[in-house]
Amino acid sequence: MKKIEAIIKPFKLNDVKEALNGIGILGMTVVEVKGFGRQKGHTEIYRGSEYTVDFLPKIKIETVLPESLVESAVEAILKAAKTGKIGDGKIFVSTIDDAWRIRTDERGDGAV
Amino acid sequence: MTQAACFYRRFLSVCLLSVLAFGFGHAAFAAGNAPDPEPAAQLLPGPTVTGGLPINSGDNAWVLASAALVLMMTAPGLILFYGGLVRSKNVLSTMMHSLILMAVVSTMWMVFGYSMAFSEGNAIFGNPFKHLFLQGIGAAPDPDYAATIPNQTFMLFQMMFAIITPALISGAVAERIRFKAYLVFIVLWMTVVYLPLCHMMWGKGGLFNWALGGRIPALDFAGGTVVHISSGVSALVCALVLGKREGYPQEPMMPHNVVYSLIGAGLLWVGWFGFNGGSALTAGGLATSAFAATHFAAAAAALSWTTTEWWLKGKPSVLGAASGMVAGLATITPASGFVSIPSAFCIGLVAGVVCYLAVTKLKARFGYDDSLDVFGVHGVGSSTGMLLLGFFASQKVNLALVATFKANGVTTAIAGGAHQFFNQLQAVLVTVALAAIATWVLLKGVDRLIGLRVDQEDESVGLDLSQHGERAYNE
Repeated sequence: MKKIEAIIKPFKLNDVKEALNGIGILGMTVVEVKGFGRQKGHTEIYRGSEYTVDFLPKIKIETVLPESLVESAVEAILKAAKTGKIGDGKIFVSTIDDAWRIRTDERGDGAV
Repeated sequence: MTQAACFYRRFLSVCLLSVLAFGFGHAAFAAGNAPDPEPAAQLLPGPTVTGGLPINSGDNAWVLASAALVLMMTAPGLILFYGGLVRSKNVLSTMMHSLILMAVVSTMWMVFGYSMAFSEGNAIFGNPFKHLFLQGIGAAPDPDYAATIPNQTFMLFQMMFAIITPALISGAVAERIRFKAYLVFIVLWMTVVYLPLCHMMWGKGGLFNWALGGRIPALDFAGGTVVHISSGVSALVCALVLGKREGYPQEPMMPHNVVYSLIGAGLLWVGWFGFNGGSALTAGGLATSAFAATHFAAAAAALSWTTTEWWLKGKPSVLGAASGMVAGLATITPASGFVSIPSAFCIGLVAGVVCYLAVTKLKARFGYDDSLDVFGVHGVGSSTGMLLLGFFASQKVNLALVATFKANGVTTAIAGGAHQFFNQLQAVLVTVALAAIATWVLLKGVDRLIGLRVDQEDESVGLDLSQHGERAYNE
């Protein structure tokens, strides 16, 4: 079992969700996050005073899936979330030891 | 707190209440002794006769409505305008700074404020005891102030100005002042700065009263000196004495809700028609003329502020347009009843640019933390208006300028020009000096007695929680 964490531009959320649905991934957790990387922040001006906003809003998608799906899922996210401009985000893949579905007590791949 | 201190405080409160109650009793007793002939007259429809002077119901309706409009400028106008500009942890405390003054200043006004501002006295202040607890302020007009409306209407209208003026100052102390210190400071400031200035400019025999025997006749239609310069300059002194907010200017302190501020700015513009238009104290051509001047000045200033910002910063911000509106309104206030529409528009254009430079360049150059730009908008704006008014005042707009102005008992015409510019300058300078010195002394005194600022932890938690035990946004 693997966990994919993808940090993407907020307006790409729907495209990524549909792309993942398209390859049979039907569950995910979405968090609104803030951060910065190479894109850096932007400037806001209120009554002539300039403020540098370092942390930009992003969306983090988390989904846990069987190892067999990881390659296609990463491919789907790369394709759906790409704009080619700086700030498109990152994808992290890590190993998950175990999982349970609370309602049915199912365990392992069957639970995700 | 020790028990003795607690008892002492309770004892003080009881004493204060007794004094208040005695005052009421006294006022009621005095009224009982001298039965008013007015109640019967008030029942008559249409123009009523009281004490020989007819009341014009149109005038009275307009000034009453204007009084309500001016109160609306404080709540919810200023409350929203300022509330949106602070961070979310300080929004309630900022709103409270204006809200509580509706209660505090009204009480002061009833007890001695009106009397100290508008009864006869010397050139600096009126007799605070003559109309103690508003005795003698009834339906009969006071022909010196407004011959066609009840004196009570005039008193109410003026009270709304007294409420909004200290509320304006609160923008400079936002996010860091202790609530108790704020209350004590405002009560003292009203007594030492506002009421004397009000008397000097508008009271009988006041130093600058051009219509009622002032030695240095200066024109101030609706409160450029009394309201805006006094609050603006005091705000600057407050910002300097209190010091910067923790983290200013390194940490971003962005307005938490610009939408509130825009709603507030809109309410201010509408309310200002009462502020300036109502200052005609009649419902005739002068009210219309002041209304028009107010509107076109606000429009012009919004345009010029936005254009300047667009040109210098690359984007026309919405908050900038709203700030320009308010700057135009503050600037035209002293001039509104004396200038033509094109003059008002020109004054507005100047206001937008001057105030923009004041809140950006001036503030950055000197590094003071006038958190909500009270000085840059109201102080600088209205000073500009007072001085430009010296040139633009026109007898064609305000006939009273010809009819009423007296020097050495001889009626002379005054209108725009160098001489009047100099008189205006003196009024501005006296206002600036009184506001600056008195505010500095009062703040130092309050700081020693109570402590002006909250401690660092309370400031970082926010005043809403540390001073008032509440949070604005819960789920």
